[in-house]
Formats: sequence, structure tokens, C-alpha cells
Amino acid sequence: MKFTEGPEIRDTKAPEGPVEERWEKRKFGAKLVNPANKRKLNVIVIGTGLAGGSAAATLGELGYNVKSFCYQDTPRRAHSIAAQGGINAAKNYRGDGDSIYRLFYDTVKGGDFRARESNVYRLAQVSVNIIDQAVAQGVPFAREYGGLLDTRSFGGAQVSRTFYARGQTGQQLLLGAYQALERQIAAGTVQMHTRHEMLDLIVADGRARGVIVRDMVTGEIERHLADAVVLASGGYGNVFFLSTNAKGCNTTAIWRAHERGAYFANPCYTQIHPTCIPVSGEYQSKLTLMSESLRNDGRVWVPLRKNDERAPGDIPEEERDYYLERIYPSFGNLVPRDIASRAAKNVCDEGRGVGPGGLGVYLDFRDAINRLGRDAVEKKYGNLFEMYERITGENPYDVPMRIYPAVHYTMGGLWVDYDLQSTIPGLFVIGEANFSDHGANRLGASALMQGLADGYFVLPTTIGDYLAAGPFGDVDDEAVAQAEIRVRDKIDRLLAVNGTRTPDSFHRELGKLMWDYCGMERTEESLRKALERIPELRAEFWQNVKVSGTAEELNQVLEKAGRVADFFDLAELMCLDALVRSESCGGHFRAESQDADGEALRDDEHFAHVSAWEHGGEDGPVLHKETLEYEYVKMTQRSYK
Amino acid sequence: MNLTLRVWRQSGPSDAGRMVTYKVEDVSPDMSFLEMLDVLNERLIVEGDDPIAFDHDCREGICGMCGMVINGVAHGEQRATTTCQLHMRHFEDGAEITIEPWRAAPFPVVKDLVVDRSAFDRIIQAGGFVSVPAGSAPDAHSVPVRKEDADAAFDAATCIGCGACVAACPNGSASLFTAAKITHLSLLPQGQPERLSRAKAMVDQMDSEGFGGCTNTGECTAVCPKGIPLDTIAQMNSDYLKANAK
Ligand SMILES: Cc1cc2nc3c(=O)[nH]c(=O)nc-3n(C[C@H](O)[C@H](O)[C@H](O)COP(=O)(O)OP(=O)(O)OC[C@H]3O[C@@H](n4cnc5c(N)ncnc54)[C@H](O)[C@@H]3O)c2cc1C
Ligand code: SF4
Ligand code: FES
Repeated sequence: MKFTEGPEIRDTKAPEGPVEERWEKRKFGAKLVNPANKRKLNVIVIGTGLAGGSAAATLGELGYNVKSFCYQDTPRRAHSIAAQGGINAAKNYRGDGDSIYRLFYDTVKGGDFRARESNVYRLAQVSVNIIDQAVAQGVPFAREYGGLLDTRSFGGAQVSRTFYARGQTGQQLLLGAYQALERQIAAGTVQMHTRHEMLDLIVADGRARGVIVRDMVTGEIERHLADAVVLASGGYGNVFFLSTNAKGCNTTAIWRAHERGAYFANPCYTQIHPTCIPVSGEYQSKLTLMSESLRNDGRVWVPLRKNDERAPGDIPEEERDYYLERIYPSFGNLVPRDIASRAAKNVCDEGRGVGPGGLGVYLDFRDAINRLGRDAVEKKYGNLFEMYERITGENPYDVPMRIYPAVHYTMGGLWVDYDLQSTIPGLFVIGEANFSDHGANRLGASALMQGLADGYFVLPTTIGDYLAAGPFGDVDDEAVAQAEIRVRDKIDRLLAVNGTRTPDSFHRELGKLMWDYCGMERTEESLRKALERIPELRAEFWQNVKVSGTAEELNQVLEKAGRVADFFDLAELMCLDALVRSESCGGHFRAESQDADGEALRDDEHFAHVSAWEHGGEDGPVLHKETLEYEYVKMTQRSYK
Repeated sequence: MNLTLRVWRQSGPSDAGRMVTYKVEDVSPDMSFLEMLDVLNERLIVEGDDPIAFDHDCREGICGMCGMVINGVAHGEQRATTTCQLHMRHFEDGAEITIEPWRAAPFPVVKDLVVDRSAFDRIIQAGGFVSVPAGSAPDAHSVPVRKEDADAAFDAATCIGCGACVAACPNGSASLFTAAKITHLSLLPQGQPERLSRAKAMVDQMDSEGFGGCTNTGECTAVCPKGIPLDTIAQMNSDYLKANAK
């Protein structure tokens, strides 16, 4: 795939000065909007997950006129609902040495030195307010007998800073945001549009001014105009077809905005989660995560011998390889996700994997049950054990769980500056949809933190600075009409093909290709192969896809086809990005770039930058680099040994 | 496994709807119920038929989007399980399975197995929240909460808003859903200031949406995938009575 290189991005709008003062400075410097004017300012928020739900609610509370959209039947079902393990915050309630600085440090290091220091520091600062806000809303976090909040440890950290609500932290936090949102809907500041899918962004006179959406029940194409647009549409892990994401997660909102001019940053940074239930058959429609919190008490192992077919209980202690504890003695089973995932792949590649096809490793609770008792283990992880049993038919109290890595999260996303504004003025991007805070690898329990930091605290301040210059007046009719025509055209084209293969069958094939060639381990050869295959498959899609039904009704096949079409284009950019970044970093492992022990080897001389891609149409994408500088956390090769 | 499905098909709100029979072959016992329907739908699309519309998203039992009445039972016979978490190993080879949408007047059918549950959102809008704008909260440790209260509040808060309780209730009551939220918030110190006004507003909204009254049949809690207990309804009624006595 061709590409060219364009000018570097130099200004990220982060204030200068000591890192601890930057957010304060920015808040003070941000222009304020006169309360009387806020009602006249319209903001569109796409998505009602932790990021979008909290943003829409907060903007409503501030008095803006908000329209909120989601594709589900109610905002409470956004994918954030599925987050299990917890949310980080630098409260240091345990007095175990945590601090804002330590959370900042851990996040920059965990991200393998590919995130911006200014943003990450702000995230750590704001983290403490999130817990306060959630508790005040009635989020029932786990508590200790004294009535204070309980915490646990998560991968990549040596302090206990993860707040949780049993295995349903995302659900409880999202319900908090959802309830705040419903309160604003009742107050009339937010107008909710459920079962509506954003299909294009309206850009007029250089500003984001609205969206084109499809009413998924009637099929009607609608235009909604505003003074600013916020995308909180989540991650794009479903490009791999099989992932832990909800089935509807897609890239359409951000991809179409990318086509309209928003740069896409680090698309190749994908997180593969080490503890998921392995694939059971061809029909598999999604993968289920087993929370990382299980690694607090579960021990990961495989048989020492290859192709050992014995039942796990028949394998004596000395013939087991607790490989994480062996290779990484100081972090053991709690190494960051990218490291744990690759280690699992390595032992399976050696032929020591367990279960069907040898694609699995054991996560064993025998010792924890002996140490703490079955009751204590059940209290902590009961719902996860139940979920496991429901899916696999095996009881993890008696036999070890079988787990394998699966696609889970995308660190890449639309490029944003310190204000969370994309390269299109008036287009803000928050939550998993942006690329901002996690570098090349996200630490566990940090996505919930980022989504809520963006939505409750950061965006409501920074968007005010932009809106202070508004309202921006009438929107050019021509720009709106153009966007609408593009949307209708695409739908008509999809319906017109009338071929013989379903959208899902193409999606599955694309996903397999991405997993094989752009998954846990990438090579120049695999990526070149993918870049050859994707356009071929896409061409076949446009010649042979079968979309039943019409555009004027609830049509789930049409919805799916539109999303798959965008996944093709995104997949190509991901592979290109992975090819150009010939170093290994975080979740991006290039086999050519590893040290003698097989650990990821960064190349800071050539790659200490963000790769922000501009959509280039016929001439291919244009790469803009944003150099990353580390004033506070010294760049070192990560070591969890 | 080979199965015979009898599925409710209804092209839209104005269509009367009917049961249609489909044969599905080579079903693996490890498939989920929705994966079995996926396989059927893939075939229908290729054959040029309209695939069966059904709601789903997380497929992990947590978003509350899925929901079908399977052999007459909301979410199927396996207890404490959403439709998406139901696996085919619980069915016999050769079985005949009927699949219908939630049936309740306040949940009109949109298409096939998809229904409109927006009445639930309006019940929450009426008062299912704590009024605390972002940025106004005190330190999280300023108010300790008894562990028993926090745990009980959590148990009520796990409701996923799926609507199975309504579908199972002979009166089409939404009491379990509404009571779960009222109980969650009324067990916590943060929920006290608005406790009675919340109960009153939510119950009144529930009634005005056309849900039926509760006669304690217990069908709701039997199908509830999250095991929301019936005593939450007693809690709701008690708060509601107090609010009206005021
Ligand atoms: C199984 C699982 C467990 C996890 N556990 C944890 C954890 O313990 N801790 C942690 O920190 N993180 C966890 N994560 C990650 C975290 O849950 C997500 O990164 C985060 O919730 C994303 O939030 P969001 O608000 O950005 O997007 P989402 O919650 O994905 O919301 C996206 C919203 O956008 C809407 N939308 C999308 N596309 C369109 C469109 N085209 N038109 C209109 N609307 C659209 C959707 O309807 C939805 O409302 C987990 C993730 C998974 C998959
Ligand atoms: S109470 Fe139970 S059945 Fe009713 S909506 Fe909530 S989770 Fe579903
Ligand atoms: S699809 Fe989410 S609960 Fe079933």
C-alpha cells in the first residue's frame, strides 16, 4: 500500500511548565461560556458508554443543549457495561506507597513509552475525583468491614489501587453515568436517540457541524446539526471478528470521521488479553474474557512435556511449568497483559498448550482454594467461575480453567490534542475511540478510568474553550447534502450487489486474516501478505456480498454490511501502520525486533513518536509524526523480571 | 444435534405475526443459543429469506439486550441465565423449541423477536438516580457504608434491565425492575435525601406506562437472570406508602 509522509505535528496544546501544574493551567486558561449562552450551544455526543454517557450528562448539567446517540435500544447497554475487573485511582487509601506520580509513572511505563506525559499525568490527577463522583452517585463498590472502600491489585502495578464492584465494575459505573444521563433527559437538557447509527460526519467551513444518522427501526436517514460533535463510540477490536467486545462494536463512526479529515493515530496498537475462554468451534461468535483479577490468585501453567494428554489433575507438581512465575519472578502471574499473552502463545507454539487444538493454558485455583478456602474464593470470583462453567460446561473449582489470549482493546484511535480535539476543529474524541493515554499497551483497570476522566472532567472543560467562540451560525446546505448523498450511496451500493456470501462470512475471513498476520506477533512478511489479501477480499465483498431486505426497515444484515465495509479499510491501515513501525513496543510485537530472551525491543531512536495517519484517498494515506518526549519518566526497556 | 424451531415472525408493529417452523441441523452442543440462531440466519440470508431479527450485544449476560421466550419461559428454562448465556448442551437432540418475543403491552414488538423496552428508561428518568452533578462530590471516604448495606445494594443494582420479569408476569408488572433500582439506592446513605420522592415518582411512572400491578406470583424472580429477590418489592412498597403518607 502506498503512503507518503507529511509535516510533523508539533503543537499538542499541552501547557508548558511542571507536569503537575499543566492541567490547572489549562483549566484556568480555558475560556468560559456565559451560562445564558449555553442553552444556545448544541453539542452532539455519539455513544453512551462510560465516556459518552458521562460527557452527555455533564454537558447537560452545565446547561448545554445536548443530543446523544447510541445503536442499542437504551444507553445503559453500551459495551462499557461488560467491564469486569475494576477501575484504577491514585487514592492511596491503603497507604501502600501509591500516589498520583506513581500511577502516572506506571501508566507511562506500562504503555511502553509511547504515550504523552502531559495527558497521562492529568489522567492520574483526575482519577481520584472519579471515585468520589461514582460513590456519590450510589455506585456500590466493594467495601471492607469498617465501611471503607476495598481495593485490589491489577497487572503492571505493585500497589493495590483498583476499586471494584464484584466482577461487574463496568456495569455499576455505567449505570451511574446512565442514571445521571437519564436525569438530564428528564430535565430536558439532553435529547436521547437510541437505535440510531452515525454514518457520516458533516464538516462545513472547516468545522465539525453535525452528523448523518440512520434510524435503525425505520431506516430513515436523518441530519443533526450542532456547534460541536463528540465521538465516544468505543474501540475497534471487532476488526478481528472474534474479540471480547460486544457484537455491535464497530469502527464506523471514527472511520467515517477519518475519511472526513480526522487523523487516525497508532491504528496497529491492539491489546490482546491473556485470560479469555478459548475458541470452541467454527460457529464461535465472540470470545469471553475472564477478568485479569483472577491472576491475583490463579496460577498459570502448562505441562513441561510437549503434547501431554494427561488430565491436569494427573500431572504432578514437578512436571508442571508455572512459566510466568519462572520467567518473571518479581511480577509472576501479574505481568502486564502483552507479556502474559505472548508468553502463552510461546508455550503453545512449543506444543505445550492444552485443550482442543493445543490453544490454551491452565489458570489454576487449586492452591488458592487450599490456602483461602473454597468460600473465600467463591466470594471473590464466584460470578466469573459461574460464567466459565456456563460456557464451557467445566467446573473451575475442580479442574483448572483453560484460557487463551484474545483481542480485547484498541489503544489506537483518532488523534487528539491535549484538549481531546481531533484535527477537525469542533470534533472531540473521548474514551476508547481516541488514542490518547495508554501508549502501546493499556494497563488493566485504566480504560474505565480514562473514559470517565474524559467524560466527567476533561472534555466538559476543554469543549467550553472551543464553544466560547460559538454559536457558529447556519450550516452550509451543500455540505449537509453531500454527506447525506454519500450515506445513501453506500447503502444503495451494498443492497445492489446481491451476491452469494453473507457480511458475517466476509467479516470472519477478514478477522482470521488479521489474527494470523497482524495479531500477537507480526512480521514484515505477514504484514505484506495481509496488505495483499485485504484488498482482494474487499473487492470480493463489493462484488459478492448478499444483503437481504431493504433500507427502509429494521435490517440487521444491512447494519452489519456497512460496518464490515469500514473494517476492511481500517484493517488495511492497521497493517500499514504495523509494517511501518518496525520496532516492537507494548502490544505491537514485531518478531524482527526482540532481544536475546525474546522480549519486545523498542527502537526509541526511530520510533519515539505517535504515527498519525491522514486519509489520503487515491494517493494513499499521509503519515504525520508527533515526537514524544519524556521529561519525567526515564525511557528504559521495560522489565518485569 | 438436529432441531425443529418454531419462531415468531412479525415484519413490523402493524403485522399480525405468526409462528414459522425451521429445521436446523448439525448443531454443536457447545454452541450458545444465539450462535445456533446465527447459523440459521446465515442460511436464510443466502437463500434470500429475511433472517430472524433479535436483539443482542454483549453475549455475556450483562448488557440486558437479549431476551426471548423459549419454550414458554423467559430466557429459557435454565435458571439465572440470559438467553445469550444459554448453551445448546441443555437441549435434547431432535427437540422442538418454540421462540417468541417478550409479550407485554408496554413492550410493543418492533420486528420478530425485537421489542421496544423504552418504558424502562422512562421509569429511571422519573427518579432512578442520585442528584449529584459532576465535580460536586465529597471525598469517597467521607461517608463509610456498612459492608452489609453495600453488598445488599450491589445485589439489587445488578439488574440488567432485560425485561424478563415483565414478560414472565401474568399481570405484566414491572415491579421487580423498579424495585431493584429503588432498593439499590435506598440502601445507601447517598440515596437517602431523595428516597421517598424517588419511590413515588418511579412507581407512578411505572403505573402510567401501563404495566400491571403486582400480586406476588413470584414468576418474575424465577426467571430473573440476576436473581433479584422478591423482597425488593416489599421495600419499594414500604417506601411508596411512606411517601404517600407524607
Ligand atoms: C470484557 C471486557 C472487560 C473489560 N474490563 C475492564 C476493566 O475491568 N477495567 C477497565 O478499565 N477496562 C475494562 N475494559 C475496557 C473498557 O470496558 C472499555 O475500553 C471502555 O468501557 C470503553 O468505553 P467507551 O465509553 O469508550 O466506549 P463503549 O462503552 O464501547 O461505548 C460505545 C458507545 O458508542 C455507541 N456507538 C458506537 N458506534 C456508533 C455509531 N456508529 N453510531 C452511534 N452510536 C455508536 C454505542 O452504542 C455505545 O453507546 C474491558 C473491556 C471488555 C471488552
Ligand atoms: S429484575 Fe431481573 S428480569 Fe427484571 S429487568 Fe432486572 S435483571 Fe431483568
Ligand atoms: S446479549 Fe447482553 S445480556 Fe445477552
